[in-house]
Amino acid sequence: MTTRSSRGGRSAPGPKKSGRTRRARREALTFAAFTFPNFLLLGVFVFWPIFYSLYLSFFKWDMIAPRKRFVGLENFRIMFSDPVFWMVTRNTLTLAFFVVVVKMTIALALALMMNRNMRGRSLYQAVIFSPTFTTSVAVAMVWTWILEPDYGLLRVFMRPLGIPPVNWIESTSHSLPAVIIVLVWIGIGYDMVIFLAGLKNIPVEIYDAALVDGVSPVQEFFHITFPLLSPTTFFLTITGFISALKAFDIIAIMTAGGPLNSSNVIVHFLYQNAFKWFKTGYASALALLLFVIIMTITLIQNRFSRRWVHY
Amino acid sequence: MERVVYGKKKPLWYIDRIVSHLVVATTALAVGLPFLWMLTTAIKSPVEVAQFPPIWWPQKIRWDNFAKAWSVAPFGRFYVNSFVTAVTGVALEVSIASLSAYAFAVIRFKYRDFFFLVMLAALMIPSQIALIPNYVILSKLRWINTYKGIVIPYVSSVFGTFLLRQYFLTVPSSLYDAAEMDGLGHLKTLFHISLPLAKPVLGTLVLYIFIGKWNNYLWPLIVTTKQSMRTLPVGLSMVREAEYAIGPEHLMAAAIFVLVPVLVVYFFSQRKLIAGIAAGAVKG
Repeated sequence: MTTRSSRGGRSAPGPKKSGRTRRARREALTFAAFTFPNFLLLGVFVFWPIFYSLYLSFFKWDMIAPRKRFVGLENFRIMFSDPVFWMVTRNTLTLAFFVVVVKMTIALALALMMNRNMRGRSLYQAVIFSPTFTTSVAVAMVWTWILEPDYGLLRVFMRPLGIPPVNWIESTSHSLPAVIIVLVWIGIGYDMVIFLAGLKNIPVEIYDAALVDGVSPVQEFFHITFPLLSPTTFFLTITGFISALKAFDIIAIMTAGGPLNSSNVIVHFLYQNAFKWFKTGYASALALLLFVIIMTITLIQNRFSRRWVHY
Repeated sequence: MERVVYGKKKPLWYIDRIVSHLVVATTALAVGLPFLWMLTTAIKSPVEVAQFPPIWWPQKIRWDNFAKAWSVAPFGRFYVNSFVTAVTGVALEVSIASLSAYAFAVIRFKYRDFFFLVMLAALMIPSQIALIPNYVILSKLRWINTYKGIVIPYVSSVFGTFLLRQYFLTVPSSLYDAAEMDGLGHLKTLFHISLPLAKPVLGTLVLYIFIGKWNNYLWPLIVTTKQSMRTLPVGLSMVREAEYAIGPEHLMAAAIFVLVPVLVVYFFSQRKLIAGIAAGAVKG
């Protein structure tokens, strides 16, 4: 896969050895020149920040003072004894869990229905997929207005069901569900498109065989479709979970983590600590924790995807 | 691919069909409704906005809501900032991706695979960890409140490099050999052979990157403190926070300013974007 092209390598064996090494050196230099901009930027803005965050997490610093005060593991001690941190962690995990489960369930149901010869399929798909690409800040503002307790659109649908108006944004019990609703709304389309692509990869012959054997639709789903779809499901679970752990925009605009941190999540808490309260060291400790969590999930995915997934 | 045969043999196949259609159509409506609600709110009068049950279409379309919304903040300036940063960002990122993708696909180098893995490792690193370090770097460079500051930290490219490299690898090696015979250097080969052949995937890549940069909120929020340097999403969020004397109709009008370019791009290229997502994820 990596050596498909023969350029430079397979060219007729040169008469002189020195010609070949000179040539290899020139290729190496060209390689360096071509990849230099990318590696420079990755080095400075992606890799270096890990080490710098680690360094900063041992200090107390307000980002302005010329001197950082070394505090050892104090930031981590504060973090683990901070009830707000635990609340934020619980919120983040709750949010990620519900967002992933709800949007994937809806997306799979839709994909199964659309996988047949459905008329208007591309129109439906275009509409359901559209939130994937729309500006989250604008979308969050629209949803804030939809969830407005007195004049919001959602109340129109809740009233006939006898549900009293809910002050979604300003209630400690409803702010996180409000954010979850919006993230589900944003994410359904992407998952649906991926599920549809996964369904297309299942050979039709298997279904034909099942038809001959008189398999019921329910059996067909649980014994054929779902197992054969597991690589897609696995992929979406992991990537969906990771991106839900990184949720920021919608929360920052809709609830700002409130009220009383009831909808606060790790990245927003990190942002508050770093850029609102200037607790740079503490925020770096949070960043590091997020990094470790996401790294672990990714490594587990890489290692076990073959074992857990039916191909 | 389609499983028509299966459905037709069932006696009640049409009920199944109708239910499916209803469910999918209802979902599509539910997903599209917020956009419609945004639009109708934006053209209502203040009295109509505060009506319950709400009306779907105002008696008289209030276009002046847009004028009012445009005047509460320097939206013209936000537009310029968003366009300049998104366009230069796309140009830089695609150039960087093309160069390194070509190097990884075509140029022979002993440690090529090792460097490729190093680059891929960057995919595992959440960009949020870099917020503080990058802010510190940029303030040392005095790049806060500059276009450079908004653009440069995010033009390195792993995904784009990966995508283009895959594409460059499908180009038959005989073409590269021929280019070499003709004495074409690597840079010329990239521009005259690889990139023209990669046009379809290049187009999709440009769209993704553009939309991603246009929508980006967190980084421009951190790196701009002056109103005149804000991009549209940041400017929009500040309009709300600043509590100007504006109603929901003006906020929705302002949200439309931000969404229009993305929706236009999406409208014209949604097939391409959806196909790209589907293909990329299945292979990746």
